[in-house]
Amino acid sequence: MEPKTKYDRQLRIWGEQGQAALEKASICLLNCGPTGSETLKNLVLGGVGSITIVDGSKVELGDLGNNFMVDESSLGQSKAKCVCSFLQELNDAVKAKFIEEYPQALIDTNTSFFSQFTVVVATQLVEESMVKLDRICRQANVMLIFARSYGLTGLVRISVKEHTVIESKPDHFLDDLRLNNPWPELRGFAEAIDLNVQDPVAHKHIPYVVILVKMADEWIKSHGGALPSTREEKREFKELLKARMIAMDEDNYKEAIDASFKVFALRGISSDLQRIINDSCAEVDSSSSNFWVMVAALKEFIANEGGGEVPLEGSIPDMTSSTEHYVNLQKIYQAKSEADFHVIEQRARDILKKIGRDPHSIPKATIKSFCKNARKLKVCRYHLIEDEYNNPSLAELQKYLTDEDYSIAVGFYILLRAVDCCAANFNSFPGQFDGGMDEDISRLKSTAVSLLNDLGCNGLTLTEDLINEMCRFGAAELHAVAAFIGGIASQEVIKLITKQFVPMSGTYIFNGIDHKSQLLTLY
Amino acid sequence: MADAAPPSKSRDLDKLLLRPGNLVGPTFDPGVQLRDDLQEYAKILVVGAGGLGCELLKDLALSGFKNLEVIDMDRIEVTNLNRQFLFRLEDVGKPKAEVAAKRVMERVSGVNIVPHFCRIEDKDIDFYSDFNIIALGLDSIEARSYINAVACSFLEYDSDNNPREETMKPMVDGGTEGFKGHARVIVPGVTPCFECTIWLFPPQVKFPLCTLAETPRNAAHCIEYAHLIKWDEVRSGKAFDPDNADHMKWVYDEAVKRAELFGIPGVTYSLTQGVVKNIIPAIASTNAIISAACALETLKIASAFSKTLSNYLTYNGVEGLHTKVTEFVKDKDCLVCGPGVLIELDTTVTLQEFIDMLEGHPKLLISKASITYHGKNLYMQAPPVLEEMTRSNLNLPLYDLMDKIPKDILHAIGTINKDNKKSSGLRKLRVDFKGIDGITDMDMAGGA
Repeated sequence: MEPKTKYDRQLRIWGEQGQAALEKASICLLNCGPTGSETLKNLVLGGVGSITIVDGSKVELGDLGNNFMVDESSLGQSKAKCVCSFLQELNDAVKAKFIEEYPQALIDTNTSFFSQFTVVVATQLVEESMVKLDRICRQANVMLIFARSYGLTGLVRISVKEHTVIESKPDHFLDDLRLNNPWPELRGFAEAIDLNVQDPVAHKHIPYVVILVKMADEWIKSHGGALPSTREEKREFKELLKARMIAMDEDNYKEAIDASFKVFALRGISSDLQRIINDSCAEVDSSSSNFWVMVAALKEFIANEGGGEVPLEGSIPDMTSSTEHYVNLQKIYQAKSEADFHVIEQRARDILKKIGRDPHSIPKATIKSFCKNARKLKVCRYHLIEDEYNNPSLAELQKYLTDEDYSIAVGFYILLRAVDCCAANFNSFPGQFDGGMDEDISRLKSTAVSLLNDLGCNGLTLTEDLINEMCRFGAAELHAVAAFIGGIASQEVIKLITKQFVPMSGTYIFNGIDHKSQLLTLY
Repeated sequence: MADAAPPSKSRDLDKLLLRPGNLVGPTFDPGVQLRDDLQEYAKILVVGAGGLGCELLKDLALSGFKNLEVIDMDRIEVTNLNRQFLFRLEDVGKPKAEVAAKRVMERVSGVNIVPHFCRIEDKDIDFYSDFNIIALGLDSIEARSYINAVACSFLEYDSDNNPREETMKPMVDGGTEGFKGHARVIVPGVTPCFECTIWLFPPQVKFPLCTLAETPRNAAHCIEYAHLIKWDEVRSGKAFDPDNADHMKWVYDEAVKRAELFGIPGVTYSLTQGVVKNIIPAIASTNAIISAACALETLKIASAFSKTLSNYLTYNGVEGLHTKVTEFVKDKDCLVCGPGVLIELDTTVTLQEFIDMLEGHPKLLISKASITYHGKNLYMQAPPVLEEMTRSNLNLPLYDLMDKIPKDILHAIGTINKDNKKSSGLRKLRVDFKGIDGITDMDMAGGA
C-alpha cells in the first residue's frame, strides 16, 4: 500500500503541503470528556504528528454513557490513559501520550508546559481557567482553541494573536482575466483573431475571453474610455454580443454573455486587500514574518509595475474553444503570471536584504503561491478572551440582545458565563444535581442579571425559558452535542495548522434547540 | 441540599430526558419511562455505514438508543480509513455494515446493532416499515430518492386528504463534501420530502462528447476521452471497472498520450481516479458535525426533549464558519409524499395490463414494475423464485387480487425513466375501480 492512500480523500482538499503541516503538528488536549475526545479523534484520523492528553480524572460509570473512547474495562482507570490508548488504535502514525493531571493544576503551576505545542485544544474549562490559559498561550505564541459543550448549547472560540493565510481557497471567486484591462500580449492575441471569420466552425470556437476583450475594447473606444456601468449600458453590451452570433448553437457566445459581468468588474484591488497592504505590519523590519515581507513586496508591485493591479493569477477557466486557441491563451496568461512573479520575487529578496535577513530565506514556491493567491490573502486576529469579557462592545451586545435571530445565541453566551460564576460561588453548576432546582434557577437568574448590569446592559434581561433550560442542562455533556462541537473545533484546528481556508472569527455559540447557532463578535 | 444522583450510565442524558423543560416538543413527557421506552422500543435504521454512517451509529448508541440496524452494500477500502473510524487496516475487504456494528457493540455495552450487508433495494418494503426513524448517511442522490420514496410510501391520507400522523415515517438525512455539509429532517406529510426539494441537488455536469472527441482543453477532458470513448473503441465488449487497478492504469496511460498530443498539462493518476470515479473529497470533521446534528434530531423526534430543526441546516467551514437554517416548504403536488397518483381502472383489468399501463403513464413512467398490496407481493420481477411464485397472478384481474376493495393503495417498485436517466424507484398509487362506487356510477351516467 502506498503510505498516502489512506489520506487520499483529504489530500484532495489540502494537498501534500497541508498534510505535511498536519504531520509536523503537536497537539495538546485539555480534558478528555466527549468534547475533547471527539475533537482529537478527527485530528488523529487526519494524521497529526503527536497528541498529548491532559486529564486528571478517573473513568466513572456516567462517562460510559457519553464517551466512545472509554468502555466497561476502563472504569476506575485514568481517563487520559484510556482515551489515549483508543485513539492510538485509530492511527499508528500518530505519537500519542497522556498526562494524568488536572489541566487546572498545569495552568496554575506549570505555565511553560504549554509552549512545546503547535495548538492547545482546551475543552470544558470554566472562565477563570480560560482567561489564565489564554494569557499563557498568547505569551508563548501557541495557538489556542476553546471548545465547550453544555446541555444543548456550547461554544468554540479561537485565540491566536495573528493568523495569516495565503491559500484561503474560497469557493467562488472572480477569475482574474483582465478583460477590460488587457496587457499587450493578451491584446495582441485577441487582435489576431477575426470575430467576423466566415467559417462557422472557427466562429463558434473563438474563446469567450477573446470575444470579451475585443468587445470591451470596442465599447471603450466609442464611449470615451468608459466601461458599461449603468444597467442599461450593461444590457446594451450584452445585446451587442448577441448580435455577433451567426448561429443559435454558439456556446462560446452564450458563455461570453454569461461572463460579461467580468468585463464590468472594477479594475484594481479589493477593499479587503487594500486593508492588508495598509496594515502597519506591512512596514517590515527584521522581526517581520515571511507573510508580511511578501505583502510589502506586493504593495510595491501594485504601486509600480502592477499599475494598481496584483500579479496575475495565471489560470483560466474552461471555456468553449478550439484546443489550439485555448492552449495558446493559457500560455499567455501563464507567461504574464510568471513575469509578475519574478518582479515580486526580486522585490521580496531586496526587502529581505534591506531588513538584514538572508535574501533567499523565503522559498521560491512560497512566493509563487503568494502571487497566485494575492487577491485572496487573509489576516485573522483574535483579541484576548479577557478583554472581551471585561470590555465587550456594548453596542454589539445590545444589538444581539434585541435581534430575534441572535437573542437565543447571545442569551446562551451570557448564561455560559453566568453558570461559571455560579460554580465559582456555590461549588456546583446550576442544576448539576437533582433537587434544589428552584433555588438554582433564581441564583442563575440573579447572576445573569448582575452580569448584564456589569456589562452595562441595564434593564435588558434574558427570557425565563432560556434560564430554566440552562438549569435543566445541569452541565450535562451530551454525546451528540460534544461530537458537533468537537467536529467544529477539529475543523478549525485543521485550518489553523494547514494555513489553508479561513478559520472562524468571533465566538461561535451553539444553539442545539433549533440549530440557529451564531458567531458573535463582541470586541 | 442538592443530592448527587446514584451513578448511572445515563448521567448526562437523564438531565434532559427526566426533567421538565420549557423549550421542548409538544409531546414531551419527561421521566424514567421515556428513557426506558427509548431504550426498549425505539428502533432506528442507519442507511449507509460510511463516513456518516459510522458516526451515526456511535452517536445514536450514545444517545439512549439500544436497537439499531445498519444497511450497506460496500466493503471497506483503504481510502475510508481517514474518516471511517470504526475500521482498521486489517478490516479492508470486509463488509462495512458488519464491522461497524461489531465495533460499536464492543464499545457500548447493552446496544444491539443488526447489520445488513446488501443493497437497499434488496430489502422488501416491510423491512423499512419496522423502524421508528430512518437515519440516512448516503453519498448518492439515487439512494436518497429510493429510501425517501419507501418511507413516503407508508404515509396514508384520510378522507379529507390530510396526512395521518401514525403513518408518518420520519427521516433524518445528512450529506458532506469537503468542509461543507447539510443535515435535514424529513417528516413525510409535514415537511418537504427529498423529492419535493430535489432541485437542491443539481445534476452532475457532464462534458459534451464532441468536446472530448474534438476539442479537449484540460486534463479532465483527456481522461474522460480515454474512459468514455477510447476504452470502447479499443477494448470493445469488455466492461470498464473503476475498481480494477489495471483498468484505471490503462485509462491513465491513454489520457497521458492524449494530453501530450494536444499539449495539455495536468493529467495525473490521482486526477484520473478522481474524474473517473467522481470522487468527492471527504474529511472526518465535517462528517462528525453533520452526523451529530442528525443524531441529535433523531433523539428529538423520538423523545420531543427539545424543539426540532425546521427543517434544513447547511454548514460551511470554507471561509470562516457559516450555518444556516432554512424552512423549505412541501410541494403539494409531489408524486412521492403526496396522496399518491390516482389511477382509475375497470374491474376487468388484469395485473399484467396494469403493469403495462404504468409504463405508459405520463406522470409515472415506471417500467418493469413489481407490485405490492399492503405488504403482499402481487407480482415480483426478481428474484427468480419470487417471480415464479407470483407469475400466475399476472392474468388475474387486479380487482380480485385486491380482495374486491373499490379504492385502495398499491405500491409499484421499478425503473423510473426521468430526464433520460434510469433509476430504481417506488411509487404510491391510489387505485379506484370504476363502476363500484355508486356515486361515480351516477356521475358517469349523467356525464355520458
